[in-house]
This record gives sequence, C-alpha cells and structure tokens, in this order.
Amino acid sequence: MDTAQLAVTGGGVALIGFILWFFFGPRAATAARQTEGGVQEVEVVVQGGYTPDRIEVTQGRPVRLVFHRTESNPCTEQVVFGDFGIAKSLPEGERVAVEFTPDRAGTFVFHCSMNMVRGALVVRPA
Amino acid sequence: MSTTTAETSSRVDMPVVGMHCAACAVRIEGALGQAPGVSKAAVNFATGRATVEYDPASTAPADLRDVVRGAGYDAVVPPDGHHAGGVSDAEERAREAEYKRTRLKFVVAAVLTVPVAVIGMGGHIIPSLGPLLNFPGRAWVELALATPVLFWAGWEFFTGAWAAARHRAADMNTLVAIGTLSAFAYSVVATLVPDWFTVSASSDHAGHGGSAPVGVYYEVAAVIVTLILLGRLLEARARSRTGGAIRALIGLSPKTARVERDGVEVDVPVSEVRVGDVVRVRPGEKVPVDGTVLDGKSAVDESMLTGEPLPVTKAPGDSVIGATVNTTGSFRLTATKVGADTVLQQIVRLVQEAQGSKAPIQKLADTVSGYFVPAVLCLAVLTFVVWFNLTPPESRLTFALLTFVSVLIIACPCALGLATPTAVMVGTGRGAQAGILIKGGEPLESAGRLTTVVLDKTGTVTEGKPAVTEIVPAGLSEADLLRLAAAAEGQSEHPLARAVIAAAQSRGLVAPQTTAFEAVPGHGLVATVEGRQVLVGNARLLTSRNVAFDAAAVGRTAAAGRTTLLVAVDGAFAGLLAVADPVKPTSKAAVERLHAMGLEVVLLTGDNRGTAETVAREVGIDQVLADVLPDGKAAEVKKLRDAGKVVAMVGDGINDAPALAAADIGIAMGTGTDVAIEAADITLVKGDLSGVASSIELSRATMRTIRQNLFFAFAYNVLGIPVAAGVLYPLTGWLLSPILASAAMALSSVSVVTNALRLGRLELRRGN
Repeated sequence: MDTAQLAVTGGGVALIGFILWFFFGPRAATAARQTEGGVQEVEVVVQGGYTPDRIEVTQGRPVRLVFHRTESNPCTEQVVFGDFGIAKSLPEGERVAVEFTPDRAGTFVFHCSMNMVRGALVVRPA
Repeated sequence: MSTTTAETSSRVDMPVVGMHCAACAVRIEGALGQAPGVSKAAVNFATGRATVEYDPASTAPADLRDVVRGAGYDAVVPPDGHHAGGVSDAEERAREAEYKRTRLKFVVAAVLTVPVAVIGMGGHIIPSLGPLLNFPGRAWVELALATPVLFWAGWEFFTGAWAAARHRAADMNTLVAIGTLSAFAYSVVATLVPDWFTVSASSDHAGHGGSAPVGVYYEVAAVIVTLILLGRLLEARARSRTGGAIRALIGLSPKTARVERDGVEVDVPVSEVRVGDVVRVRPGEKVPVDGTVLDGKSAVDESMLTGEPLPVTKAPGDSVIGATVNTTGSFRLTATKVGADTVLQQIVRLVQEAQGSKAPIQKLADTVSGYFVPAVLCLAVLTFVVWFNLTPPESRLTFALLTFVSVLIIACPCALGLATPTAVMVGTGRGAQAGILIKGGEPLESAGRLTTVVLDKTGTVTEGKPAVTEIVPAGLSEADLLRLAAAAEGQSEHPLARAVIAAAQSRGLVAPQTTAFEAVPGHGLVATVEGRQVLVGNARLLTSRNVAFDAAAVGRTAAAGRTTLLVAVDGAFAGLLAVADPVKPTSKAAVERLHAMGLEVVLLTGDNRGTAETVAREVGIDQVLADVLPDGKAAEVKKLRDAGKVVAMVGDGINDAPALAAADIGIAMGTGTDVAIEAADITLVKGDLSGVASSIELSRATMRTIRQNLFFAFAYNVLGIPVAAGVLYPLTGWLLSPILASAAMALSSVSVVTNALRLGRLELRRGN
C-alpha cells in the first residue's frame, strides 16, 4: 500500500464516520411556545428539511404545528405523523396547521411522504 | 375559500390578477395589511395568491377584494365551500409553473450537453472522428459548455442538497449534487493543473483527453444533469396524471344556478344558493346543488358520481345530486345541501384524504428510505476506496471516481417512495369515478385480503322497500280489504305500513279517516275505521283476539319468503296481504362475481329463517345467519373474524354501523345523498352489490400494482447499486458508465409512476 492508498483509505473511513454522525448523531431540540389558550405552538419552516426539526412538547396538552413550506421541491409537499395518523398536504407558500393532543410520551418521527426529510416530536411526560 | 382558523379569525385565499413582479406582491401585501380587520396578509407572487387572515366581524372577502382593486389590481373571491377546489387550483398552477421552469432548464441543458457529449465521447464511438475532435483547447470548450448546464440548469440540485444538508438530512438532490460535482471538480483540476495527474493520464485508457494532457469528464456531469432533468419532467407529467380523477371530480362543480328570487328566476353563482331556495333545472343543464324535486319530471344522468350507466328518473319528492346532468325534462328543486355539504364536495374531501393516506405495506419502504441516502453515500465512499486500492496506479483515480459517481447516480430512493402512494392515488381516484369511495391505503390493503363477505339483507341484497305482492280477500272485496287496511296503517310508522298505503294509492283508492288507533307492539295494530274495528297484524294478534283465520294461506305466503299481514274486520277474518321486499335485479350476478373471486358469501338478517333462506336461494347465497337482532350483528361478524376469516360487512351504514365497524372492512351502501358515512371503510355512492364486487376487484388490482412497484423499486436498487460499484468488473470486465447510471435512474421512477397509472384504465363493471 503506497502513501496515496493509505491516505485514501484513512480518509474514506473518516468520511464514512462523518456521514454516520452527520445524519444520525444527536441533535438539539426546540421547545414549543405556549399560546394564551394553552396550546403548544411551533412554526415549522419547510425548506429542504424542517426548521426546527426536533420539537419538544408536553404530553396531554394540545399541540399546533404550523407548517410553512417555502419551496417547490415536490419531496416535501406532504407531512406525515404516522404515530398520530395524520397526513397533510403543504401547498407552497401556505401555512398549514397540524393539530392534535399527544396522549403518550416518547419520541415520534414526522416526515415527508417518502420519509427522506424527517423531524422528531419529543413528547415529555406531563 | 375561507376557513375559520380560530374563534375570532378567518382566512381567505384569493387568486390575485394583474401582478407582474415581486414588487407588485409587496405592494398588495402592504395594502391588505393596513386594511381594517386584517391581522395578517401574505401575497405570493409565484402562485399569484393572497392569503389573508381577518376578523370576520369587521371585514369580509369582498371588502378585501376592493382593497386589492384600490391598489390597482384585481382579486377573485372564491365561493364559500370550495375549499378543496381552491387549494387544488393553487397547487395545480404552482406545479404547472414548476413544470415549465424545469422544461426550459432541460432544453437549455440538452442544447449545451450535446456538443460536450460529442466532443467527449465522439472519438470513442467513431474513431475516425478522434483527430478532428482533439482540437487544441478542447477541455476549455467543454468547461465553458458544461458550466451553465451544472450551475444554471442543475442549480436546484445544489440548492436542494444544501438546504437538506443544513438540516443534516439528505435526498435525491444530495446524491446528484455530489455525483456531478465530483466529476466536474476533478475535470476542472485536470484542465487547470494537468501536471497533478500526469501519471494517471499517461496510460489512462478510460479517460479521453486526447490533446488535453489528462482525461476530463465534463460530459459525465452534463449528461447526468440533463438526463435527470428529463426524468423529473417525465415524472412530473406522470404524477400530475395520478391526480386526474380528483381534478375531474372537482371540475364537475356547476358554476351557476337558476334560482327563484321574489317570484322571478335569476341566474346566480352557485355559491349564492341557500338551503331552501327553489332552483329551476332545464334540459341539458347540470343540477347545481343537492335537493329534492319539487315539481316536474326528468331523467338525470348520475354516472359521474355513482358509476351507474343509465339515467335515473326523478319525480317530485325524489332527491337529486348536484353536478349530475339533467337529460331532456325540466324540473324545479328545493335546495337541501349547498357549498361544502353537497355530495360532490363530500366525495372530493373523502377522496383527497384517502389519497394522502398511507398503506401499511409501505412501512418497509419508508423504513428503508429513512436510511437510504446516508447508506448510499457510505457505499459510494467505500467503492472509491476499494477501487483506489485494487486498480493499478495509472488508472486508479479515474476508475475510483467513475464508480463512485455511478453508485451515487444510479441509487433511486424516489422509486421506493413513489411506489405505494402513486398506486393508492390512482386506485382511489379510479374508484371515485365509479362511485366507489375508499377511505385510504389501509382499507385498500385489507380489502385485498378478504375471504368472506357478509351481506345485510334489507336494502343491501333487497331493495329495502317492501311492497304488497299478494292480496287474498276473505269475505270482502280486494279494494275494500286494502282500503280499510291502508286506513288503519295510516297512523303507523312501521315500514310495512308504507307498503300497504303505497299499494292502496297505486290502485287509486282513497283511505277513509281513522277515528281510533292503538299499536300493539310485536303484534300489529287495532283501529276504528268508518265505525268498524279493524285489526292488522300477525297471527299472534288474531289469535290473542280469538279470531279464526286461514292458517294454510298464511303458511303458504311465509314459505314463499313473504311477510304476511292478517286483517280482521269486526272480529271476523277479512283476508291477508303478503308483503315482500324484492331482490335488487343486480344482486344475483354480483353474488356470482363474489363467488367467482373465491369469496365466501354470508347473508345476515334480523328476519326469520324462512324469509332469509328464500332470498338466499334466489341470489345464490349458501350461508344464512337469520333471526339476528340488530345489536347481535356485530357479534356475528366478530365470530367470523375469530374463526380466522378476513371479513367485509356490507350494510346501509346507519343501522348496521356497529357491524360495519366490527368487520375488517365495512362497506356502506349509500343512498346517493349521504356519502359521509363514518363507520365505513368503503362507501358505495349508490348501492348495489355489483359495486361490492368491483371495489374488491379494484383493491386487489391496486395491491397487485403496489407489490409490483415495491418489488421493482427494491430490485432496481439492490441490483443496480452493486453493478454501478463494479462488482461485475472482475468477472466480466463490465463496468457501468455514470451516464448509463443516470439514464437508468431517470427511468426507474418514471416506470413506477407509469405502472400505477395503468390502474386508471381498470374496467369496473357496474349495474349489471
């Protein structure tokens, strides 16, 4: 093995490690804002992904996630909350509210219709 | 379209006319934002729409339109209750604009890519062209042509990949961007500082630099971008066709109605029709709203909503559905449902929700998609490393690079993602066209696995409208018998009473006044008519009053599957009326179809065994569950399920709601006027049993398509990625070029969508 091969091999292994960390490593969460009506509300911008993509809410209180899709990429034209049986169309430029009350604690993934763009809803026990 | 978003705020989404720049949008937004009662206004130049949140107490969409007009533009106030249509229109326009943008990019990319491809590959294909194409500065010409292809036509891949990367996510764009950028960057370095690669260029048989000192791969990057843009174009066209059925439904909405206002008939927009309005429908016109015929008579073509091929005759008192087409007669109707409550709008909503739902079979594909792109990235890196180590030094860099790019480009997560939703969309859309409303992916999947179909008798197998089929007088004339019975029954609400009254009316008999009336639950009734005591009821009623009757005649009608009403006048037996609920003309053929599909068919009824078995014999059903009380039906369905059967329960959706809910699949036979039946997984807009067979056929066909699509998508990726990585090279010397990889990838998702579209042409027999 010459120097170039060693460099490429080492670099490749490091790159694979980076890819795994980049996609599956730990992420920071955003807490939901409380409205006057006691609803936990977060606005989620949809462009290439969800911003924020990790949202913290409290169990047993109504949640309103207002999705605002600002891109035309068809991948994100639907958002799916499989655990709560919700699938909503997100027309470009419109604000679409997804409303439900999480009745159980845990981490629930929400995603586009193909499950390539993902976010997580972290429900803390009340 | 306006929706109430909270207690005090409403929202309207209005198309704005006359905008020609983003500054116009800003100006309109400013004007709307300052209007009284407006809490939020957003104007989107791309979609040409204004979205305004406002206080309905202080302003209205029409006022908002005036504000837009004041700013020098115009806006269209969408009619109330056309929510579904409105959103769909906006989406449609946005998609069309997007399609046109992509088409322009593809055309420009293709025009620039052809010369790059000829220069880059021409010498390989036709060796005599080699010297001609190896002109000095050739690499620079390729660079000049390929740059706009990548960074103008293909710019969306990079912005998309970057936007995803910022969220630590990845999609198709990531793969295309990294693949093309790698080939391009390598080529640029080889063009600018060829010395770096002199070793590898000296004997590089794979490269094709010619007079350029080292091989460059501009054509790889340019062709990939062009082909993938072409794939997107084809896919967008095919995908827009998957929603064709729902658009056709929305397009059925009538625009105007001829309404009587202050005694004068005036044409008004359909959104202004109110419940209770009297509407005139002339020959050839669409029925504007749901209603009840007031006067006049005509045949109405309901095929677009119910799938029934023959026009249905409508007389006063009959209900008509908005969006169906009047044929030759003319009639007036009283509006009963308008706006979002009409059958058409309910169907549109139901189908839209169904098309957005997921089938459980998709779960595996979803799980795979979630890890797909990162896994492909890792595999591509691994491919690079392996080939770099295994190939001789002079060609290792190009070899590693080309296989790396091929792996990235051939991988197609889109085929996996599109496999199920497109089939669900086309399948449910096809159903809606035939009057079969399937609530979503999950019911589709269960309906495809059915083993047993349980049919409720009344209203499902039979018409549900009992009629007097036989009159046997004893001591009275037939007319007198019927006249007195009808008079007595006139006070009753029992369904059998309606049959007796209808029989009297059809013979032109006028029933006399009843002066006293008493219902005897489980037996019948006692009434006083023209001073005579009339008993109408079953054998128990007459026996309890010590009236002797012709038991043989009663036995005969019961054996024929009829319900027998015995009549006694002033304590003497006066005759009997046989009432039967006729079997629907389509039931027998439909049961045959269900049997031919390998399904077990069970008749479930609260009627006595004799009646039930007669009906079962008539239509060819071999299993009968009779004498089941209404609340016992769900338990019977559960028993069948506990025996390991996958059960569909077919009923009217109201009385049978618990049984429908207890089954794996509840199929509700609609009456044509109320389609939003909550307990049902499948609703037949207008019920006959052939629709049950068709809905199961459609579900099976859809599931077959989904399985084909998933198999194709998995097989494509599982086979394509290793081939692209060069696993066949040591065995066969065969290596997939990145250009072929991009062609395969572009075609794979198109194939999946095209396969789903075949469902739209499925023949669904109705009304035979």
